[in-house]
Amino acid sequence: MSDNLLDVSNLVMRFGGLLAVDGVNLQVKPRQIHSVIGPNGAGKTTVFNCISGFYTPTDGTIRYRGKAIHRMSGHRISLLGLVRTFQHVRLFASMTVIENLLVAQHRHLNTNYFAGLLKTPSYRRRQREAMDRAAHWLQQVDLLDFANREAGNLSYGQQRRLEIARCMVTEPGLLMLDEPAAGLNPRETAELDQLIMRLRDEQDIAVLLIEHDMGLVMGISDHITVINQGAPLADGPPDQIRANPAVIKAYLGES
Amino acid sequence: MTETSLYVLQQLINGLTIGSTYALIAIGYTMVYGIIGMINFAHGEVYMIGTYTAFITIIGLFTMGVSSLPVVLLLALMTAIIISSTYGYAIERVAYRPLRGGPRLIPLITAIGMSIFLQNYIRLAQGSRDLAMPALISGGIEFGDPDVFEVSLSWMQLIIWGVTLASMTALALFISRSRLGRACRACAQDLKMANLLGIDTNRIIALTFVIGAALAAIAGVMLGLYYGTINPYIGFMAGLKAFTAAVLGGIGSIPGAMLGGLILGITEAMTAAFFPSEYKDVVAFSLLVLILLFRPTGLLGKPEVEKV
Repeated sequence: MSDNLLDVSNLVMRFGGLLAVDGVNLQVKPRQIHSVIGPNGAGKTTVFNCISGFYTPTDGTIRYRGKAIHRMSGHRISLLGLVRTFQHVRLFASMTVIENLLVAQHRHLNTNYFAGLLKTPSYRRRQREAMDRAAHWLQQVDLLDFANREAGNLSYGQQRRLEIARCMVTEPGLLMLDEPAAGLNPRETAELDQLIMRLRDEQDIAVLLIEHDMGLVMGISDHITVINQGAPLADGPPDQIRANPAVIKAYLGES
Repeated sequence: MTETSLYVLQQLINGLTIGSTYALIAIGYTMVYGIIGMINFAHGEVYMIGTYTAFITIIGLFTMGVSSLPVVLLLALMTAIIISSTYGYAIERVAYRPLRGGPRLIPLITAIGMSIFLQNYIRLAQGSRDLAMPALISGGIEFGDPDVFEVSLSWMQLIIWGVTLASMTALALFISRSRLGRACRACAQDLKMANLLGIDTNRIIALTFVIGAALAAIAGVMLGLYYGTINPYIGFMAGLKAFTAAVLGGIGSIPGAMLGGLILGITEAMTAAFFPSEYKDVVAFSLLVLILLFRPTGLLGKPEVEKV
């Protein structure tokens, strides 16, 4: 067995007559930041949707820790430790910040009904742990002061950070971020940069990243996969990608 | 007090009684709509099944010689809740879940089909004639001037208020405090995201059907005892009224369903007070038309935010 955390091979996704993804391969190694880049409409998000169980791929296999997940439903995949964010913020806007983090730990609190009714010691302990974990991550993303605000009232940058915290309380093995820097100002982007690197270094996780901000991508990625028009174009460390003529052509067009 | 004001007070009491049962049934419509965006038109039949279950239980207990009123009432309520919830769960599992994700029209048609099926199934099993529900609770208090107008408040009405209040409080606490309630709210806001965060959304959807059915069963038992007669068709009108109440308060909003039920009940009672009582349905459904024309999101409903 390979030492890859996530192994996507020959992924194909077809919507009717449209071939959105055509033979994409991805190998994400543990404790790496792996970026997926490509021009608009290249099929990056479709790849994400296939991995996270939003779509069932037409063909190809997706393995997470050696286990085939491409036919599983979203909640099963997330239970395995694979969580994601979306291009646009998808928080539970009318719930409070802390509730957003508690709801994400639903499965950790999954004791039976009677334990909940009787408030048994193990139930209480789990409740307390969930609360501690939520508080810990609020501190990590610098939102502790906003715990009881409604999530929808936070600033855009704060909402982005809360989304990452909401992923992290589920204690994932692989965090998938879909354009996390979209709409952030340069300072916020720099903070995000730091946060993602800290996640890799301090938590034992890998990050799969879709991003358009090339500064961010080149600065923090350990490995980059380039997709163009649904098909893989290049794969390698940032320096190699930067120098790859095919990539430059795809981004800038023929000269 | 003058005759008119006493008369209005009496109608207010009656309206509040009917209104609270509308509210209980309306919860089932609004919770299901809140999460999967469909109108469960078979919900009225679940209410009707609750009434029949209570009837059968009461008659059965009487023939067995059980005559203690609290025991009979409690058992009738429990069996009605259990049987109706089972129906609620089964309807979702059999008729709606396989069709989820299809165009919106399809579950709507299945729901209507389910409603017709259940109505006729009860008609065949129990007969289509009116059955007389034994009057378990009679009497009440009367006040006002015996020479002018006497206002009566029956024990049954007080029980309906009490049980409704208790059920609503329990529901509100469940939704706002419990882990499952939190998951319900999350699903109502973003079903797919909740699923991706590891919540088994199928279970939560089934749960809302069960909760709605249980509340409808409670309403069924109490209205059956209050009116005294039941037949297989009572679910249709009760369902329509509760649906109106849910839309009036803002479909998808639980406090809205509570408020809508009360407003509808009181409006009906007031109409019956000052116009021929046949007009009460006309006014109730005119209210539905007006709310859809001028405030389609209902009184407490939030305007739907366009998802980008």
